Amino acid sequence: MSAIAEVPATATADARKAGDWLLIATAMLLCVWVLLPIYLLLVNALSAPGEVTAFPKRFFPSFDFGSLSFFIEFAGVARALWNSVLVATLTMILSIGFGAPAGYALSRFAFPGKEAFRFLVLMTRAFPLPLLALPLAVMFIRTGLDDTAIGLALVHTTLALPFAVLITFSLFSGIPVELEEAAWTLGCTRLQAFRKVILPLALPGIAASAVFAFTISWNEVFAAAVLTIENRTLTAFLLQSVGESPLYLKFAGGAALVVPALIFIFAVRKYLFAMWGIANR
Amino acid sequence: MHGKALPYLLLMPATLFLCIFFLYPFALVAFEAVTRDGAFTLDNFRTMAGSWKFPATVRNTLLLAAIVVPIQLAMALLMASVVARLETGRSAALYVFAIPLGISDLAAGLIWLAIFDQSGFLNTLLSSLGVVDTPIMFLGYQSKLTIFIAVALAEIWRATAIMMVILVAGMGLIPKEYYEAAEVFGASPWQRFVRITLPLLRPSLQTAIILRVILAFEVFAVVAALGGTNLPVLMGETYNWQFTLQDRNVAAASALLILAISIGFTLFFLRVLRVPKEARI
Repeated sequence: MSAIAEVPATATADARKAGDWLLIATAMLLCVWVLLPIYLLLVNALSAPGEVTAFPKRFFPSFDFGSLSFFIEFAGVARALWNSVLVATLTMILSIGFGAPAGYALSRFAFPGKEAFRFLVLMTRAFPLPLLALPLAVMFIRTGLDDTAIGLALVHTTLALPFAVLITFSLFSGIPVELEEAAWTLGCTRLQAFRKVILPLALPGIAASAVFAFTISWNEVFAAAVLTIENRTLTAFLLQSVGESPLYLKFAGGAALVVPALIFIFAVRKYLFAMWGIANR
Repeated sequence: MHGKALPYLLLMPATLFLCIFFLYPFALVAFEAVTRDGAFTLDNFRTMAGSWKFPATVRNTLLLAAIVVPIQLAMALLMASVVARLETGRSAALYVFAIPLGISDLAAGLIWLAIFDQSGFLNTLLSSLGVVDTPIMFLGYQSKLTIFIAVALAEIWRATAIMMVILVAGMGLIPKEYYEAAEVFGASPWQRFVRITLPLLRPSLQTAIILRVILAFEVFAVVAALGGTNLPVLMGETYNWQFTLQDRNVAAASALLILAISIGFTLFFLRVLRVPKEARI
């Protein structure tokens, strides 16, 4: 205590103020680093095709919808968008449904086979999983799952499940087991204790891993391109039709991928923030 | 009896799922890598390693991971610390930092293409500043260094958010009392970060680093969008063997190599950053 008391009050206040400015400047700089590239892509998407290939470029959009309308009138875009949403939602449900119980079991129990399961999960992450779509394509044709949303969602779940397990595991590990034990001594069953004590604490983190699951599926290109023909997702569609296309089509397609992502992250921002809020307990 | 069966019950859905959609196709790929026309052979690996592109491919992939991941770790820690310390605008900053989380690697490649393209924004900026007279070709086949820098920047920009969210969640679980105690004893913000945040953040750091390192070896769509075939990476070569060269056996061998590197690094980080159970919060 005495060490602090000896420092003159004004010096401490000055240091704190400088620290605050540094903090705000850093935050601003990081925001610019994230937002500026997206802004530049949107400038391209909102300019006429001729402006996109012109040099030098303007740093403001001309709000000409030539590039975008060209992209949207491209056959199949709307359907590809719907397929992407459907597959991503299925992936989210499957991976949290399978992953969260496993994450909980890993964090709370010591049992034979635990290390084997952990290893299995980590091994999943250590493999270029989209490549597994190749042998699966043959299996899906035999079972009638080829070119369906659920078939692709199953492959995307292989990608997202390890994330769900690992993240829920570290999440549940961070919640003291004593809280649960207290609930049991007060007469809760295991399920009740989980629902009333653990789940509210873990929900924001579970939401965060749901974000991962959705995002992974939404962004996945390779397996989507291999496993769908008629029911292409947006990424597979873009990869197929944007490969050799002009710049303005590439940028409009890029914007079509980015803008829903912005909206989606915005929709779950409260959960991201609530996750931070755990510190206030 | 019920208590002993519970963890297995919780793990069962995830285990069954992984057996069908991961182990089985994985076995198929491994089988394809060491056989050709049904007979056991190591020729696939020889063909892969004998390709003139192979040394550059391995070097590019490892170098990219070695440069990108440490920078991302530092930036993710910075972002998480900024989010934790901001008094106002905390949720806005968290949202902005999390945006790249929802952005596909294909889209990220297109975003940075808008900057590095010959008629792009970097050239516009440079020529308006009078640094260059004519636009430079940053992404041509002769400019491997600038392609590498562009890919590294795009990767850092895109995938830092994944680590940031895991670290923010982890920081939220560190009890505030530790920081209050440290402040009472006169610890500077830096000391608090090094002595409290970093050690207690170890489980989250472990998860974040492992996820990120493995993803770094799977870099594909960003490179495809920015460098085409001018910057060969392992995942891109695997894709080439599969589709351009139509040799799924060598593609499988290439996939196994990525697996081996990834597992090696996973085991390394599990060991180095291991968290004893009694040391968890």
